[in-house]
Amino acid sequence: MRLTVEVWRQEGTEVAGRFETHVVEGVEPQLSVLELLDALNEQLIDGGREPVAFESDCREGVCGACGVTVDGEVHGPQDNVPSCHQRLAGYADGSTVRIEPFRAGSFPVVRDLIVDRSALDDLICAGGHVAVDAGTAPDADAVGVGAETAELALDFAACIGCGGCVAACPHGAAHLFGGSKLAHLSLLPLPALERRQRAVAVVEELEELFGPCSHYGECARACPAGIPLTAVAVVNHERLLAGLRRRL
Amino acid sequence: VGVARSSEGLRHAIARIRDLRARFWTEVAIPGSGAQLNQALEKAGRVADFLELAELMAIDALDRQESCGAHFRTEHADAGEARRDDEHWAFASAWGVDAAEPGGALVFTRHAEPLSYRSVPLGTRSYR
Repeated sequence: MRLTVEVWRQEGTEVAGRFETHVVEGVEPQLSVLELLDALNEQLIDGGREPVAFESDCREGVCGACGVTVDGEVHGPQDNVPSCHQRLAGYADGSTVRIEPFRAGSFPVVRDLIVDRSALDDLICAGGHVAVDAGTAPDADAVGVGAETAELALDFAACIGCGGCVAACPHGAAHLFGGSKLAHLSLLPLPALERRQRAVAVVEELEELFGPCSHYGECARACPAGIPLTAVAVVNHERLLAGLRRRL
Repeated sequence: VGVARSSEGLRHAIARIRDLRARFWTEVAIPGSGAQLNQALEKAGRVADFLELAELMAIDALDRQESCGAHFRTEHADAGEARRDDEHWAFASAWGVDAAEPGGALVFTRHAEPLSYRSVPLGTRSYR
């Protein structure tokens, strides 16, 4: 089929961007949004023009490198699916697809469809990691973690760090991202030792770098890893616990 | 440059890699410039590195006159078994690579880091 692609072009962070219109012929419906960009780029390179810059790595939905906004929808028209798995089957022959970068105040555009998502890294550095000196590794069955707890922790650990939640949120909040780290780590024995410091650090980063949360739930609708909205509630839960513990 | 390699095959590989590398540096087309983020330029830089590394691997394999580790030089084998030469080759090669200009002919210099074992003597394992 034939698709008209309106794609965002921006030379750099400080330069104004614009939409550029191209027609791509011979598009198969089973192709992904990223493969449409590949086809467009081949066309641009053949014509001696610069390809559209965009990020991708595994193209299997597990790495979190990709992420574009398609017709105003984070990652693409389907819910809970990363850009690399968003197929073009929903588009009729001759229709138009508008592809632009993730839009969020904390994600400045680097070039074309690439945004700087290092604010997420800042949050991880502040509290999204484990820094407990654990000594030598205990026997595997010496520290008991129940199967249900382990499964729940893994569900929250499924976050691929793409930043889709921030782009989907009208406020640009990262509570789903931050909450998934807090939930995942507070459930496990060693990371739970620094639960209070972690909650304080993560909440501070959430407030400093991202927007406030109003429980719209757009983040959970977009999240390609299917992180539940519960993660957002975990942020306040952990914050409250940390506050209570501090006073004791 | 496979697991089993011969002097003749390696010389052939080196000639082909050099040809590919020369073609890369004269024919490569990279859109855009280095002034902004340029993914095509990043990829080209990686290909340039891989071409250098490919030549280095073949040069090192050709240089070593023994069969050592998991790799076999077909010239250095006894009835299908690897033949090591610890008298002359008990060292790890550390290569210096230089070129007069970007994309120019590579000049390789071998430095040796001797392997000395104090508690266990060197020996050849027999699989027969």
